Amino acid sequence: MKHSYACGSAEHDVHRRAFLGSSILGAAGMGELLTTSAIAEQFKASHKQVLNIFLHGGVSQLETWDPKPNTDTGGPFRTIPTSVTGTHICELLPHTARQMHHLSVVRSLDTKNGNHARGVVEMTTGRKEIPGTDYPHLGAVTAKALTPSSFTLPSHILVRQTAGKRNVESEFHKPAYLGPRYANMAIYDAKPPEFGAAKKNPQTAQRSNRLRERFNNRSARRRRSADTAAYNFSFDQARQLLAQRDAFDVRKESKQDQQRYGTSLFGTHCLLARRLLEHGIPYVQVNHADYDTHHENFNFHIEQLGEFDLPFSLLIADLAERGMLENTLVCVMSEFGRTPKINKTYGRDHWGTAWSVLLGGTGIQPGAVVGKTNKNGTEVVERVVDHGHIFHTILQAAGVDSKGDFEVGDRRFPIADPAKDAITELLV
Amino acid sequence: MTTNATAAMDPKQTKLIKEFKHNRPLTTCFWDPLSRYVFFGAEDHLIHRFDLSSGQASAFTGHDSWVRTLAASTDGKTLYSGGYDGRLIFWEAAASQPKPLRTIEAHQGWVRAVTLSPDGKYLATCGNDRAVKVWQASDGQMVQEFSGHETHVYNVVFQHDSQGLVSCDHKGVVKTWSLNGKPARELLRVEALHGYDTTFRADIGGARDIAIRSDGTQLALSGISKVTNAFAGVGEAVVALVDLSKGTLDRVLQPKDKIKGTMWGVAHHPAGFWIGLSGGSGGGSLGFWKGDTSDEHFKLQLKNDGRGMSISPDHQRVAVAHADAHLRLYQLQSA
Repeated sequence: MKHSYACGSAEHDVHRRAFLGSSILGAAGMGELLTTSAIAEQFKASHKQVLNIFLHGGVSQLETWDPKPNTDTGGPFRTIPTSVTGTHICELLPHTARQMHHLSVVRSLDTKNGNHARGVVEMTTGRKEIPGTDYPHLGAVTAKALTPSSFTLPSHILVRQTAGKRNVESEFHKPAYLGPRYANMAIYDAKPPEFGAAKKNPQTAQRSNRLRERFNNRSARRRRSADTAAYNFSFDQARQLLAQRDAFDVRKESKQDQQRYGTSLFGTHCLLARRLLEHGIPYVQVNHADYDTHHENFNFHIEQLGEFDLPFSLLIADLAERGMLENTLVCVMSEFGRTPKINKTYGRDHWGTAWSVLLGGTGIQPGAVVGKTNKNGTEVVERVVDHGHIFHTILQAAGVDSKGDFEVGDRRFPIADPAKDAITELLV
Repeated sequence: MTTNATAAMDPKQTKLIKEFKHNRPLTTCFWDPLSRYVFFGAEDHLIHRFDLSSGQASAFTGHDSWVRTLAASTDGKTLYSGGYDGRLIFWEAAASQPKPLRTIEAHQGWVRAVTLSPDGKYLATCGNDRAVKVWQASDGQMVQEFSGHETHVYNVVFQHDSQGLVSCDHKGVVKTWSLNGKPARELLRVEALHGYDTTFRADIGGARDIAIRSDGTQLALSGISKVTNAFAGVGEAVVALVDLSKGTLDRVLQPKDKIKGTMWGVAHHPAGFWIGLSGGSGGGSLGFWKGDTSDEHFKLQLKNDGRGMSISPDHQRVAVAHADAHLRLYQLQSA
């Protein structure tokens, strides 16, 4: 099946990048660099954070977290034991298997959806998609709820590969009513933001920034809105971004770590994610594509999970070793799973009826398995949950009262779908 | 061997003669050298022996995953199977209660192909560990391991002298190997059999089947070409023919209507034509190319996609493993 993602998100990203680029130009001459000690102080703040690994296209639950070997749907792969006694996962994830004592599996998602775009929206907003209604992305919600007031870096970061012909899903990172302040900043191909122009001509940048501020102040006296406030915030943030640009530069990591994480782009992205989390970014999402394996599902899952397994396991091990899992919620999700039925070209198609999500870290019972599918994975037989439950669980595990409201202006918005709640048995 | 019957064969007369319904989609099939059985693998962990005279099937238990590839000794006594579990298993082909005679953990990851040398002395296997291995067909002792492929080795075949082997990997790289000390050689890279999908960021390609022309001069590699969407399998089913002495691509065979899908099987018939088995969105079909032309002589539309095929020892019939859980037998008719 062909993808039906809506287009336009690439432009969104370009605009935002251009916007930030302009901001950085303006900020370049300000000389308001934060000191190293200030950055260190931020680390000490140790607020809760969320790391979301999004496997685009719909990873197969049968080739990952809920294998069904030797059944009519099981496929050719075998299971392997993990570091949690009694929990087995697919043999394609030998490295991750050794980290499963830090993680838990929810094997009982029934999201009733097989559409890519809707799946991305629903999994990352925790709401049923309603045409004409936007709900804020998990990244925006996390940024709004978890960003300390003293935090000066962008609080919602998407790490992804450069868009090809395929859709850029960052359009789905909408902040909606939370406002543009909580929109994502995208980092493409692990390249740190460009600062070249600002560094080349700081005097010009300083002059243009002063001019911008003069216009802004004059405008604000007559009319002030959330948008103009966000606009000014972005300029201020850009100054901080420039001051702390090393936070985004994975090349600053040790050669040894760069070698450990390997040469694949996903490996570099995982190392960058560790770096961003160490710098206190409240929400980091790393995308890995693509898993939309209608044809030769098994060959392609060898290829894609072969790229995923080691870097992801290293990331989990490093976060654990550094004590960061105590404050970081980790999630591995897709827009849906894949059909138990294997099609005639050894493919699996879209399937939202019985699939899995991985959770771990702060607030999550380690080593748990929640929910159950039947013998051949065609239906959930225990503890049916959906995107709404996952959304609540992530937030509550990260210390957010997901049953509460956000106050935006003079209006109140439920943080998550009021009809749903967390998977409480999974929470610590 | 070319007989009068095969020389006069007309592929246009090919017809379905027998169907056997299994309960899982089939993955591969192999015609017993003594023509008593057709063995097949399926999306279960078993080998199935279909008795051509009784029409009954019996199962061989021993693999821990699907069975991907089958071969047999020239006398028909021993069956060899390679599985997605990495195992090479020897079986007594006609046993009433079949049990593994010998189980070898042959490859890390899938065994993608097992094939017997023409003199019957050796078995060759290849797999996801990028290795080509040669074994004594009699006792399973490893004779030699060849390394050099940089990705999964999709297929391997012996040359007519039983000393040389040819293998093809995921990226269409063809290498030759020798049991008599000749240096290994990269013959060519068949670009028609590999593509990198920049949208899905994945490689697609490789020889889904491999065969050598009856006179030993040409190598046939079947697969998918011109892929525009790897994950939906949108490409064209092709057979690439390689001149074995020159190491050059002779030509690419395609159905006239450029079937969307993959050529899962290829074989050369001693009557002088190539047979290709395809499956995909264009449905299943057997294509026939005569002589040295690239023009498809005839296409037989099948009831469902084929995933593997095997020609009978008398070259009169073709067995096809189908995705709709059927083993089907087709008669090649005389002109």
